[in-house]
Amino acid sequence: MAHFTKATSIKDWLNQRLAIDKVEKVMASEYWIPKNINFLWAMGMVLVITFVLLLVSGIFLLMYYQPNVDLAFDSVNYTIMREVDFGWLWRHVHGVAASVVFLIIYIHMFTGIYYGSYKKGREMIWLSGMLLFVAFSAEAFSGYMLPWGQMSYWAGMVITNLFSGGSLHADGLVEWIRGDYVPAQAFLDRFFMLHVVLVPLAIIGLIGLHFGALRIPHVNNQDGEEFDFDAESKKYLDGDKAGAKVIRFANDFMAKDMMVVGIYLVFFFYLVFFHYDFAMDPVNFDPADGLKTPTHIYPEWYFLWSYEILRPFSTNVGLIAFAFAQVIFVMLPFLDRSPNAVPASRRGLFKYWFWAMLIDMIILTSMGKVPPVEPFGSIGFYAALTFIGLWIILPFITKMEKKV
Amino acid sequence: MKENSRRGFMGKAFGAVAGIGAVGSLVAMKKTWDPLPSVKAAGFTTLDMTIYKENELVVEKWRGKPIFILKQSADMLDTEDKNMSKITGKTTAEMDKKRLIKVGDAHYLVCIGLCTHLGCIPGYTPEEKSFLCACHGGMYDDTGMVTKSPPPRGLDIPPFKIDGMKLVLGEEGPEYKKMKETGITL
Repeated sequence: MAHFTKATSIKDWLNQRLAIDKVEKVMASEYWIPKNINFLWAMGMVLVITFVLLLVSGIFLLMYYQPNVDLAFDSVNYTIMREVDFGWLWRHVHGVAASVVFLIIYIHMFTGIYYGSYKKGREMIWLSGMLLFVAFSAEAFSGYMLPWGQMSYWAGMVITNLFSGGSLHADGLVEWIRGDYVPAQAFLDRFFMLHVVLVPLAIIGLIGLHFGALRIPHVNNQDGEEFDFDAESKKYLDGDKAGAKVIRFANDFMAKDMMVVGIYLVFFFYLVFFHYDFAMDPVNFDPADGLKTPTHIYPEWYFLWSYEILRPFSTNVGLIAFAFAQVIFVMLPFLDRSPNAVPASRRGLFKYWFWAMLIDMIILTSMGKVPPVEPFGSIGFYAALTFIGLWIILPFITKMEKKV
Repeated sequence: MKENSRRGFMGKAFGAVAGIGAVGSLVAMKKTWDPLPSVKAAGFTTLDMTIYKENELVVEKWRGKPIFILKQSADMLDTEDKNMSKITGKTTAEMDKKRLIKVGDAHYLVCIGLCTHLGCIPGYTPEEKSFLCACHGGMYDDTGMVTKSPPPRGLDIPPFKIDGMKLVLGEEGPEYKKMKETGITL
């Protein structure tokens, strides 16, 4: 048996058994963050906080929600909203957070793209982040099924139909996913399971991987500067805090991080209390009806860009374009052939590529929301072509880029 | 060395047993997700075809799916749809006969009322004798043929059997089998 001495304090007792001092150093006080970063670097912590809000509000919703096609709608809209004290709070926190989390994810992603934070040893951060995006998408979709309103039902119908693969006509696969010919009890039950157990477990695991992937390459900085983290942290520990280019994760960096989180939470709870309706589609306040399609089916705003890439084409071409849009961001570290891991503003043509991509995604998002009539149909069509085109030219323009 | 090879053997033996177990559990997991027998056996729908009125869409239900019944009027059968002919190169009358079901002396369109694009329910406009799917703007004529993309094919016809003036959905009669063989429906 290892040697233990009589503890001098509770801390010492814990230290002997759990090495809490060492854990604290590794996780916080000697985890080094560059100084030259801005508020965009706080989005990771904002996402953590939002995920916690989703988890806590979800636990309370779970206590009254009924995953049954006859009861689900009323358990949400009557029991939780009217009977349960503060039930409305959990629902609105959950709904608003589910929507806002994607806004922050997109900001987080585009920050990474702008500053080249997916290159030179940071590829695993990007890949694990994209896996998180997929897991969050699955979580959002499965959660959207649960109130069993009209939009739940029809979104479930349309999205599961995507798995028939167009002309492949894999109806067997679609029925297998649904457990029925149409979304019904088996469908609601399994998506409930996915939403409350399987996908959240995957998300928690992936968050661990995402953080782990950050340890060795460290956080990027806004100048694309390469640091010797060992030398800089030694400078800091030796007392030259002003000269060192790094600071401690906690409490130094966390102080600023939590400041941004604080501002974010003011905005967040403003939405929860006064504008929760933006995250609650009015159509979904009608109970699911398999014999009546809502006049206009559209996904939540965060899926609109990829939906718009599906929409203007014929079925098969649309599905291929959609599949392309779903996976192509994952490939970014390998499609960007330039060795420069610096901000886009210093990268020649990539600067224009970045802004073109951002604007194109915004156009796709807005066109996905409006009915498929002219001129919106054509705008959406060309925006979808632009999206695909931008990805095709990316390897060529980055290959030509001069080394900075 | 001897020790190592013994460990190696034990590792491989465990791997083999675990592999068989993993495959077995995957089979069980797949089968658990299959539609239940009670769902699969979900009955047959019998329709009395005498009650329908010409050019008036009625929506019935079969296995949870909406079924469109549209009794054709004389002018619907005769009208030359120029738009349609342009796409298929065939006259509408030719196509009509193939897609419609004759019960007694009347012709009916009987199809699954889900857009073949992504499964929304198209709406019917009697004046224009046309179906419009609001989701992505697909259109079908009064026999369920596509007149405007994105739908990849006409509205699907459910398995049916003609029984006097009745139509049994879910059973495959000779007329349905012929439609399937000739590729009228999937």
